[in-house]
Amino acid sequence: MSAAAIELRELRKSFGRTPIINGVSLEIGRGERHAIIGPNGAGKSTLFNLISGRFAPSSGSVLLEGEDVTGLKPFQINRKGLSRSFQVTNIFHNLSVYENIRCGVLWGAGHRYSFWHRVGALREVRRRAEEVMERIGLAARRGLPAGTLTYAEQRALEIGITIAGGANVILLDEPTAGMSRTETAYAVALIRQVTEGKTLVMVEHDMGVVFDLADRISVLVYGEVIASGAPADIRANAAVQEAYLGALHKDNAHA
Amino acid sequence: MASPGYQPVNLVRWLLWGGTALLFAVAPLVFRQGFALTMLTQMGTFIIFALSYNMLLGQGGMLSFGHAVYSGLGAYFTVHALNMIGSGALVFPVSLLPLVGGLAGLAFGVLFGYVTTRKAGTTFAMISLGIGELVHACVLMFPGFFGGEGGISTNRMVGKPLLGITFGPAIQVYYLVAFWCFVSMIAMFALTQTPLGRMANAVRDNPERAEFVGYDTQKVRFLQLVLAAFFAGVSGALSCINFEIVTDENVSALRSGGVLLATFIGGTGYFFGPIVGSVVFIFFVVALSGFTQAWLLYLGLFFLAMVLFAPGGIASLLMMQLPVIRARRFGELVPPYLLALAAGLVAFAGLVGVVEMVYRISDQSLETQMSLFGIGFDARSPRPWAAFALLLAAGVAALGFAARRVGDRWGAIQNQMQEGQR
Repeated sequence: MSAAAIELRELRKSFGRTPIINGVSLEIGRGERHAIIGPNGAGKSTLFNLISGRFAPSSGSVLLEGEDVTGLKPFQINRKGLSRSFQVTNIFHNLSVYENIRCGVLWGAGHRYSFWHRVGALREVRRRAEEVMERIGLAARRGLPAGTLTYAEQRALEIGITIAGGANVILLDEPTAGMSRTETAYAVALIRQVTEGKTLVMVEHDMGVVFDLADRISVLVYGEVIASGAPADIRANAAVQEAYLGALHKDNAHA
Repeated sequence: MASPGYQPVNLVRWLLWGGTALLFAVAPLVFRQGFALTMLTQMGTFIIFALSYNMLLGQGGMLSFGHAVYSGLGAYFTVHALNMIGSGALVFPVSLLPLVGGLAGLAFGVLFGYVTTRKAGTTFAMISLGIGELVHACVLMFPGFFGGEGGISTNRMVGKPLLGITFGPAIQVYYLVAFWCFVSMIAMFALTQTPLGRMANAVRDNPERAEFVGYDTQKVRFLQLVLAAFFAGVSGALSCINFEIVTDENVSALRSGGVLLATFIGGTGYFFGPIVGSVVFIFFVVALSGFTQAWLLYLGLFFLAMVLFAPGGIASLLMMQLPVIRARRFGELVPPYLLALAAGLVAFAGLVGVVEMVYRISDQSLETQMSLFGIGFDARSPRPWAAFALLLAAGVAALGFAARRVGDRWGAIQNQMQEGQR
């Protein structure tokens, strides 16, 4: 019965007459660390938005652990066990670090829209929030407004909010974008640690990060998956080299 | 404030609430004139209204232009309930009537909130304005229930007096309002500490992210509005009991605008902001309107000054001083503050002179012979004009100078405090 964590069937999305996602079919197994790579404008972020419910697809379907979630709202998909981060840091700027994490915890802990519990007295919520804060290394910053954190700290918080609800499937959109080498190395270790035992799907530009973390890689070009497989296979794939890695090498040569 | 609350008993919080209760209890003993009691009663009513408004604006990020709808409809239902008690058709203690108003407000919150909270931001503001106008029009269109332009009047001295409380004397009404105000304050503060209250903050800051942690932002806004409407209804009921009349003014845009003004002046960023705002606002409305026709102008100018120079309201001005006081450096700020205050008073005196003279001349029914600050003069002669204009100009110039002094001192203290932390 073990259905794939995520299954995409002939997924399509057009904005007006412009097709962005052009019939993507993809299976991502449970516990897999899957990277989606591709040149700028290939539709990687759009694909994430389709899976997480930010946009509804034009046609095709999205299955989460065997269940059809096509066209559901983001909060409905989140409640079914999928959580995502954003490329542009998307946190609660005026709330403290601790409160940011707690927002991620509350629904999963079953408190929903309660206005009859005192949030400070919810032990389980506090325990989970503390644990996440420890894991992302921001415990010392707990009381600060999230907007005052450094960029790398905000990125870590972004991941913290994403994992706080205890979702089984984690989508990370360019988690290391704009980071220095040291920060990237730290972020990779963090991602590896917090997604232990979960399914991870990530969009990433840094090939070092991709080949370091991913079990499997899919290459998206002009809204189509042109190759999907183990890192070694992708590296050896002629079409990928032509369409993507080659272009990168050319860019590098010019630079 | 943001700490997760490890301490089992929050002593400061208990002291603040205890102090508030004490203040409510002794205020009418200190301010003994009937006039002061009227003002205190209205302040209590308005504090509930403004706090409930801030559940939308400050906590939920919903700018409403029609909050009087809920307090006003709550008041209408209360006035009918009160009249039914009076005619013997209903047996219900007058002291619990705010619950009737609250439930009416809540019911209309469910009805209208379903429409308004579908969208946030400008759309919410526009729809709330529309509903406000709609309800106001309906109130005038159905005189059977709403009493038309004359409104519906009532008599609060009905039913059996409980422990000798008839609600005849104003002092008894004051204590009724004070009780409900205190209870509502605690309830609304408690709501900020619940999962819903916290998520309302999250939805205010970043609705998109809230959707991706499992929350339906529409539902968060809806529930927040319904609860706010309840407290608005409580405040409406109290104003009905206090004034013994409810008219279309109770649901009007004027009142909706008033609560926005008061809340903003007090400050939306802190829970106690609207309380301060209500006190200031009612002072303007009740006290100042007795002295001058131009009170609305002064209120408007004050609001303008707050929006321009202190958008966080009085509450944030006060809270900014806290770290300086803790660092024991507030004393250094006192001289520039006093200077600014003196300059402000001079400028204000000039302004008052000019404004009052304009009113004297523009209103044909008034004599131009007048007196201000104990000095008699004729508003048509040029000399008082020159004097007050000079006063105003000098005050504004001095205020600019004082503001720079405050700014310099403030900047220096902040710098040194930051360096001290390193």
